[in-house]
Amino acid sequence: MATSSRPFSIERMPGFSLLALTCFFALYMPLAPLVVYSFNAGDNIALWEGLSLRWYVAAWENDLVQSAAIRSVVVAVIASVVATSLATMVALGTTRTRPYRGQTSIYAMVNQPLMVPEIVTAVALLIFFALIKESTGYHGYAYLISAHTAFCIPFAYLPIRARLEGMDRVLETAAADLYATPWRSFTRVTLPLLLPGILAGAMLAFVISLDDVVITEFVKSAGQDTLPTYMLGQLRRTITPEINAISTVLLGVSVVMVTIIFFLSRKKA
Amino acid sequence: MSAEQDSSTESFESLEAHAYQLEVRRNLLLSTPALIVLFCAASGPLLIMLVFSFLTPGDYGGIKWQFSTEAWFQVAFYRDIFDETVSIADAHLSIFWRSVKLSFLTTLVAFVLGFPTAYFIATRSPETRNLWLFLVTIPFWTNLLIRTFAILEIIRNQGLVNNVLIALGVIDQPLDMLYTDIAILLGMTYVYIPLMILPIYASMERFDFQLVEAAYDLYATRWRVLVRVIVPLVKPGVIAGSILVFVPSLGAYVTPRVLGGGKHLMIGNLIELQFGQGRNWPLGAALSLSLLVIVMVALIFYVRSAQKEGGAHGH
Repeated sequence: MATSSRPFSIERMPGFSLLALTCFFALYMPLAPLVVYSFNAGDNIALWEGLSLRWYVAAWENDLVQSAAIRSVVVAVIASVVATSLATMVALGTTRTRPYRGQTSIYAMVNQPLMVPEIVTAVALLIFFALIKESTGYHGYAYLISAHTAFCIPFAYLPIRARLEGMDRVLETAAADLYATPWRSFTRVTLPLLLPGILAGAMLAFVISLDDVVITEFVKSAGQDTLPTYMLGQLRRTITPEINAISTVLLGVSVVMVTIIFFLSRKKA
Repeated sequence: MSAEQDSSTESFESLEAHAYQLEVRRNLLLSTPALIVLFCAASGPLLIMLVFSFLTPGDYGGIKWQFSTEAWFQVAFYRDIFDETVSIADAHLSIFWRSVKLSFLTTLVAFVLGFPTAYFIATRSPETRNLWLFLVTIPFWTNLLIRTFAILEIIRNQGLVNNVLIALGVIDQPLDMLYTDIAILLGMTYVYIPLMILPIYASMERFDFQLVEAAYDLYATRWRVLVRVIVPLVKPGVIAGSILVFVPSLGAYVTPRVLGGGKHLMIGNLIELQFGQGRNWPLGAALSLSLLVIVMVALIFYVRSAQKEGGAHGH
């Protein structure tokens, strides 16, 4: 009995903490060399030759990288803004309401991009857009943007719906009692309360669009590379720390966004 | 008098029905724009793909508008070009088998590591719990390509893993890990493990440790408490986590492409080949739909077992 140095804890499982800490270590350890070698002065991702911002400069001055970065951001901004607006409307139409026929089908439609494997959606879009391209001759950005908008909708929808479900109708009823028009009570009461959810949804959609590889790879026309598809193409060649530099920047953007979303969604309504 | 009352309740009911109709109409109007976008750029194209899987491949990609079931036949069978003899399409079946095998192993490894991690987080104090949870969420929202690339860098011949093992004297020649099934397994586990941890944690969070105390009072060993008390009670989380890892693993495209080096294909890569070098769009469509069917079967299995669990607890 007295041999055990620790008091008996009902929560303790031998080895679990060790496995868990190993898991956390394994989650972050592979990212370390990626970030470190982005600051390498040498040409290689294996040999350390001193600290330098050389590859960040190289990436910034590379026209292909620059145009891909701008394209990524533009597509992500448009797709996330449109997807968030549409998702807010659907959330208002499916939450805090008496059940109605078709509600389940709407849920299914909205969440469908989460259930179908990305490669399947990508191929289906490739086929569909090829038909349109053939008959209209249009090869612009509408394909990429509409595809991104569609798969961003469920990601924007989830936090907005979660926020809305936690909101009481009392304030809106009070506004209506005070002769506010439905529109006025929406803009002055519902929307401000819903805003943290909408912001979280928009940022989630932005990150998802910015990071997308598979669907973009299949949908893009010639010369429409985004940063991730540019990187995917580069991985086939000899890899230089330029890729590390781009990855580190994207990593930073994701971490900042996720941190903000984390704090936004923790605030209670 | 009574007739008047009747008509007033009737009119109240009809007013009520009218309000309901207005509400439903408002809901449908609010949902329509999103549904149109989703139909055009997500669901609708799947139907077109179904049509394409029954057409004849064009000479340089694309299709000819000629009905054919050949593509579906080719998913599992191979017809010799010269003498038309039919045999099983070994290449396709071995890729399907590799996909199922690797996805299953990924799920298993993710569970073995993810379960203790979720348990660890759930048994922290409420303040630190969120921090640990946050540490799991960050990699989850980081670009999948970047995380795959990170794995590529550390398992290369001059990568961190080999360098450390050589420095420790465990091996004297670097291990060829890159471009193997093991590399894909490692990459997929790394990329998808947060999807295992988060749902298990979600069902553990509400776990009542008095049950564990009761089990210990009844002289249960730790192992018995784990297997007979904790695991059965967090089973819904385990099933959800397993599905969330298994399904994207099965449809993985980026990870096997980067870590399998074009030699160790999974279904996703086989599909891509039909739109690139292979130039057989109907076959690509049929393969995609086959993948979709497997995924749907897994999801139906999940919904069924979730309902069964819910029912069992309801009694």
